[in-house]
Amino acid sequence: MSNKTSAPPDFSMRGNTAQANRMEKAKPVNSWSTIKRLWHYLSYYKRGIVAVISFTIIATLLNLVTPYLLGLSIDMFIMKGDWHGLMKLAALLLLLYGGASWFTWLQQKVMVKVAQLAVQRMRTTLFAAMQRLPVSFFDRRTHGELMSRTTNDIENVSASLNQSTTGIISSIISLVGSVAFMLYMNVWLTLLCMVTIPLVMLFTKYVASFTRKHFSEQQKQLGELNGFIEETIAGQKAIQLAQREQYAARQFADKNKRLTSASIKAQIYAGLVGPVMNVLNHTSFTIIAAVGGWMAFQEWTSVGVIVAFINYSKQFQRPINELANQFNMIQSGIAGAERVFEVIDTEDEYGTEAEANTQRITGDVTFEHVSFGYNEHTTILKDINLHAKAGQTIALVGPTGAGKTTIINMLTRFYDIQSGCILIDGMPLQQFNKDQLRSQLGIVLQDAHLFSSTIYENIRYGRLNATKQEIIEAAQAANAHRFIVELPQQYETVLAAEGSNLSQGQRQLITIARALLADPAILILDEATSNIDTRTEMHIQQAMAKLLQGRTSFVIAHRLSTIREADQILFIDQGQIIERGTHEQLLAAKGRYYELYSSQFKRASAQ
Amino acid sequence: MKHIFQYLRPHWVAALLAPLLMVIEVAMDLLQPMLMASIIDEGIVAGDQSHIISSGLMMIGAALIGLIGGVGCTIFASIASMRFGADLRSDLFGKVQAFSFRNMDTLESGSIITRLTNDVVQLQNMVQMLLRVLVRSPLLLVGSLIMAVYISLKLSVIIAIAVPLLFIVMALIIKATMPLFSKVQGRLDRMNTVLQENLTGIRAAKAFVRQQYEEERFGQANESFTDYSIKAQTLIALNGPLLSIILNVSIVAVLLLGGRDVINGSFEIGLLVAYINYVTQLLFAISAVANHLVRLSAAKVSSDRIVEVLRTSSEIEDAGSVEEAIAGHLEFRNVSFRYEEQSTAYQLQHISFSINAGQKLAIIGATGSGKSTLISLIPRLYEATEGELYIDHRPVTSYSLAALRSQIGYVLQESILFTGTIAENIALAKPDATEEEIIAAARAAQADEFIARFPQGYHTTLGQRGVNLSGGQKQRIAIARALLAKPKLLILDDSTSAIDMRTEACIQQGIAKLMKHSTVIIVAQKISSVLDADHILLLDQGKIAAQGTHQELLAQSAEYREIYQSQLGSEEASYV
Repeated sequence: MSNKTSAPPDFSMRGNTAQANRMEKAKPVNSWSTIKRLWHYLSYYKRGIVAVISFTIIATLLNLVTPYLLGLSIDMFIMKGDWHGLMKLAALLLLLYGGASWFTWLQQKVMVKVAQLAVQRMRTTLFAAMQRLPVSFFDRRTHGELMSRTTNDIENVSASLNQSTTGIISSIISLVGSVAFMLYMNVWLTLLCMVTIPLVMLFTKYVASFTRKHFSEQQKQLGELNGFIEETIAGQKAIQLAQREQYAARQFADKNKRLTSASIKAQIYAGLVGPVMNVLNHTSFTIIAAVGGWMAFQEWTSVGVIVAFINYSKQFQRPINELANQFNMIQSGIAGAERVFEVIDTEDEYGTEAEANTQRITGDVTFEHVSFGYNEHTTILKDINLHAKAGQTIALVGPTGAGKTTIINMLTRFYDIQSGCILIDGMPLQQFNKDQLRSQLGIVLQDAHLFSSTIYENIRYGRLNATKQEIIEAAQAANAHRFIVELPQQYETVLAAEGSNLSQGQRQLITIARALLADPAILILDEATSNIDTRTEMHIQQAMAKLLQGRTSFVIAHRLSTIREADQILFIDQGQIIERGTHEQLLAAKGRYYELYSSQFKRASAQ
Repeated sequence: MKHIFQYLRPHWVAALLAPLLMVIEVAMDLLQPMLMASIIDEGIVAGDQSHIISSGLMMIGAALIGLIGGVGCTIFASIASMRFGADLRSDLFGKVQAFSFRNMDTLESGSIITRLTNDVVQLQNMVQMLLRVLVRSPLLLVGSLIMAVYISLKLSVIIAIAVPLLFIVMALIIKATMPLFSKVQGRLDRMNTVLQENLTGIRAAKAFVRQQYEEERFGQANESFTDYSIKAQTLIALNGPLLSIILNVSIVAVLLLGGRDVINGSFEIGLLVAYINYVTQLLFAISAVANHLVRLSAAKVSSDRIVEVLRTSSEIEDAGSVEEAIAGHLEFRNVSFRYEEQSTAYQLQHISFSINAGQKLAIIGATGSGKSTLISLIPRLYEATEGELYIDHRPVTSYSLAALRSQIGYVLQESILFTGTIAENIALAKPDATEEEIIAAARAAQADEFIARFPQGYHTTLGQRGVNLSGGQKQRIAIARALLAKPKLLILDDSTSAIDMRTEACIQQGIAKLMKHSTVIIVAQKISSVLDADHILLLDQGKIAAQGTHQELLAQSAEYREIYQSQLGSEEASYV
């Protein structure tokens, strides 16, 4: 991702891996509709695009005329000894060259801007679309995959817009123009020039098929080796402890060897293109020179024409080679756009939403016969019934994978229940506007979500219109104020990415402050303290108690100390509530909860 | 860079042949315009038909010889560079394999991985480029220059002006764009960070209904990135037009000056055409050299990063020779430890304790109190800064590393699994284990039950780093791995954090049964896991705050009582 991003071809550091990647790029499935949608993003800059196209045409035409004039200068002026005419022609040439450069620069300048702005708009649309997607979308995909859509895929679009679209226009014009000029100058020599073209095309196609095969083999081996390196080094500690270094080294050597022989082959094939093209070019020159010379000798043509022809034959072979590349690049751009549009087109979680109403909920929550599974084959929750009166604390206990977090996912409508119903204040959950429902829920998760901004901003995330004073009060209530003021910049301290410059306990205190600021009617604590050691937790405990006060709360925790005060404890196993009651009741019942609870003491009391 | 180029030495034949063959190709390329001139002047203008044919054949002949040179160069350059890369990679891998944990900490495994993958590929490409293009362009440059001067000294005044001008222009553009590109890179990183944070925190973003806020945050990063990209690319777009204007003005100048001489009769038309060709080649070669230099500077970064790895060496000396089986007695005698040698902050200070073979030691304390550091000294993952560790009354350094580590079972805090089957993962330290042994270990670690539920059972293939298992399942496999070899010393570094208490209790029983005669050391957060230990260490900021049995600590240590109460509540204290 690093350097190839924004650098133009000359300065970019594309190694052959990037090259091979391009060769491996998936072909777009439905090009036309994708192009039409891409056009939608470009259509905001119609004037710019018209300008780019006109500049490209002008610059290409100017570049086309000059070899003809060069030839003319030899025939008409130098050979005839017309110094005055030569001066005039030179002046004209300077003007044309200057114009060509000027228009090329203008074209690139405008194109860069159009492409970047269009791509920026695409990125914005993509990000906004992602914000509206259901949680299940994110659960099913890796971050890397989603990141690569906003970076690599969009970068492909931008690169192909930037380079290939104008490139194709200019390639086609130079191709047609060169042939026209050549035909105008001499039909027979033109036909001679064409002789090598089928050869070039045949050779390119032949080599390309080999190159692609070997490159994809190289890519495969490289992928395998890199995967192995990544796994081994990331797991180095385990390797060393198990004394498996030598075994790993043998595996490595084997993979390294396979990669080397694959790359040597791939590189050799890819490297053939240049020298062979060189020979074909020279052969073409020679044919023109030899036959042209013979024709000049017969006075069928002139020296100037031959010189002009040699120039044109270069101008016209280049676009043939380039067109293939440009076409590939455009394809990869379209494929990139397609992947981006695929995300944009994914159905968001806001289908037919109820109207938002601003009434504050009191927090009476009922689950009636709720069942749910993440896919058709497995049911995670089976017939869950519970009732939390406004202001009560409900603790969910049970082994990992029992379905505790799934209950929370239902309540927040991250996922929708499949049967039964959930009522808040007597109203079915589906009748709430999703955003409005969530804005009255507060969630503190195991991994505190902090972002790289100031502490102040991170707390304000809970309620955007909070004043500075309110933010400080929330931090004080959360026991966070004390450590914040000890930081050099206090509330203005900028956190590193994901808040990594704070300890886990501190991070969690900030998210508690955030939840306090949001002042939700219903609070959810999902393993909020399990990453914190118990003594730190004790200090957070106070803040937690404040947070729980006066609101309906759902608490998931491993540690029993956090949940003993709950109004109701639900013991969940395999998606069912198997025990419920207060701490004392459940202990007295001597069931699973009792068993769990006493497993902490059993061995100690046996001593 | 020098350090890196040593890796070319074993492949010196190929590395030498490649540029030599390139010389042939360049020489042939340089010949072409001269032959062309000869065709025009002595053939066409002079009307010598046979000269045209013979020169034409010579041109094709030259092109073919050039082909041999070019293809040969490609072949040898590929061989040299790919083998260079393979050797370098292999050396790096070997080096890293021998790295101590301290080395891994300072260099960071993520960064080491990039060095072994991307950076090596970068250098490999650099070498290949060096052997081909970087030889070609300067050769063409010099050759064209010589040919041009040879054809006409007078016209070369134009070159004398154009070349320095081109150099200056390129240098200015590079100088102006380099800082811009690093700014673009910075803005890109920022945009990626915002995106990454949004993805990891998507639940929080949704729960707080902060779509708009997140969009604004991303929008800002996006805009700033776009702004700088436009600036940088606009500047770099100057490159092409400026190069071509300098080139074309030079050509017109040659045409004028040369044309006058042709009119005078002091110069020949064919040579004029040849001269124009050489000037074109010369200026293109210069811009190519400039671009290659930019790439080379990128390779320099990779090279520095690789050399850093190569120069790093493990501080742990494997000088011990004792191979004997141990019984499991362990003693720390006044051990202190700090991660950085210059640092004044000690992670462990004056740690002394001892336990007998077969006993259970528990270590408890807040995060960052030094628990993991303490146990990592035992298999010499880190070396104690001061003091000595003894196993069976012998210093740990007197054992060979292989003997020491193979007799210690160690479960890391983070469970690391590898691509392969579950059985292979459990048998990591003992590849020749029988199926029964593997199952017994898995049973003790409470892993047998969920493994057996998989359709393929123990032969279920795990994805990379065990992605298709839950955290608790991974931990249980890691525990089974350590149990398999029935080590005399078993160390568990808070390795049950993702396992519920009930299962954890079963694991404890499993271990107690299977490891009856082994010394067991556990680091724990939960007080429930340490209650039945023979000896408990309470660590606080790298020092032993208290040690003894549970009852002793309850009686003596206020801090221990506080932890106990924080987890079990005050009323249960009397329950015991």
